Amino acid sequence: MENVTNRPETTTSEAAASRRSFLRVAGAAAVTGGLLTACSNADQTSVVPASGARAAGPMVALPTGDNGILGFAYVLEQLEAAFYEMVLAKPYPNMSSADQMLWTDIRGHEIIHRALFKAAVGALVPQLTFDFSSIDFNSRASVLIAAETFEKVGVGAYNGAGKYIKNADYLTLAGKIVSVETRHHSILREMQYPYSDAFAGPTIVTSDTGLHLAYEPTYVLPIAQKYIFETIDASALVASLA
Amino acid sequence: MNLQNILSEIEKVDGEIFDRLAHVSRRGLFSSLTKKTIAVAAPAVMASALTSAYGQASGLPQGVKDVLNFALTLEYLEFRFYDAGRNLSMIPNNYKAAFELIRQHEQVHVRLLKSVLGAEAVAEPKFDFTAKGTFNDVFSNFATFSAVAQTLEDTGVRAYKGQAGNLMPAPAILQVALQIHATEAAHAANVRYMRGQKGWITGGTAALQGLPLVVEGNYKGEENLTQAGVNLATALAGDSRVTADMVSQAFDEILTKEDVLKLVTPFLA
Repeated sequence: MENVTNRPETTTSEAAASRRSFLRVAGAAAVTGGLLTACSNADQTSVVPASGARAAGPMVALPTGDNGILGFAYVLEQLEAAFYEMVLAKPYPNMSSADQMLWTDIRGHEIIHRALFKAAVGALVPQLTFDFSSIDFNSRASVLIAAETFEKVGVGAYNGAGKYIKNADYLTLAGKIVSVETRHHSILREMQYPYSDAFAGPTIVTSDTGLHLAYEPTYVLPIAQKYIFETIDASALVASLA
Repeated sequence: MNLQNILSEIEKVDGEIFDRLAHVSRRGLFSSLTKKTIAVAAPAVMASALTSAYGQASGLPQGVKDVLNFALTLEYLEFRFYDAGRNLSMIPNNYKAAFELIRQHEQVHVRLLKSVLGAEAVAEPKFDFTAKGTFNDVFSNFATFSAVAQTLEDTGVRAYKGQAGNLMPAPAILQVALQIHATEAAHAANVRYMRGQKGWITGGTAALQGLPLVVEGNYKGEENLTQAGVNLATALAGDSRVTADMVSQAFDEILTKEDVLKLVTPFLA
């Protein structure tokens, strides 16, 4: 069971304990800055932000070099897996069987990716704690948008980080994963905008050169950070990539 | 080589990649240029940026040029396929926009790769999309057309992926190749979906993709369950949310250049 902070109360006592622990550590001050604004679930604490950013969680420093890139990927795969666990733990009303199959598949893929990176760098990068309280899991549209965002960031992250990998086997492994993340993204776009060219339209793929997204790690991490309780410190990693 | 310089060169000439890279602070550079003027020359100027570290295309390492010419051959094949199918009435209206976008992407991939290679770009071969009589109704029967499209896209993904290691000496070109690779994956998933398939590849047979046995080789190896020495189906056997099918779906496998050339040979006239 992963550390997801806003699991429904019906999940295991372990998760509930984990959540309580998070709330105790983080306190009300942690739940600010646009979080929890759209939530109606009974187990989610609605706290109106007073001001400022949420309190910083414990620091997690990513390793340098290839281990750091793998650790960076592990962070993103943990984020994705935890998100899809939430989607199916709190299914939106009237989730169709087709939708449920889609979420089940994608959740499975991300759990598998997470397990692979845990085996590779789990000794260097811990399991993280996530806070998805800014996402309305009761709304299919919101879940699709969030999922598409996570997949988009994942695709861009792998495409942007590939050039920094020194070990050819790791590069190939990243390649095996990024195309699957792209498949997810393409299908999620099609679900939002059926029978169109949105799956790879000009906001996704450059129309003049046909290139999909590529993001630098320094662009990706602040986006991911919004959903992570711990503070990810990539400064040593970034310095090692020059 | 100075990667950062090359990337900023690319951003300067390609208004869209600039958005992708999200170096928002550089937005000011574009104030005097419209996206349209940038876009017209983009493949050529981007190619110049990609090869500037090597003087010109002929200065690129031979291994990199070999990969780019291999990729160009596949892009010629894909572009000519979609161009021959362009707007044909057999394509259902629901899917015309998708196939036109895919056609345009393959066209600009050809342009970009040709620009990078310059005089060293391989010539375009002549194609036979019936594959010597295997797909005789490829441009009159949408079921055949979309099946060939899916096979070409899924195979293209595997082909690019297999060459990533050979592009490591040229990081900027590696990134571009990874981005093209992702574009092919986005195409592949969409074509699969319109054919009633999952967007991801389950197992390693043609039948599992709703395709005829003649393309069996294009999917061989996709059944793999072991990554980086870890059999993930075994490792996750206790997790009821994960199946072996999902493990095979979660990773797209590579094909070697030799495998791919063998697979596309039937399409050469």
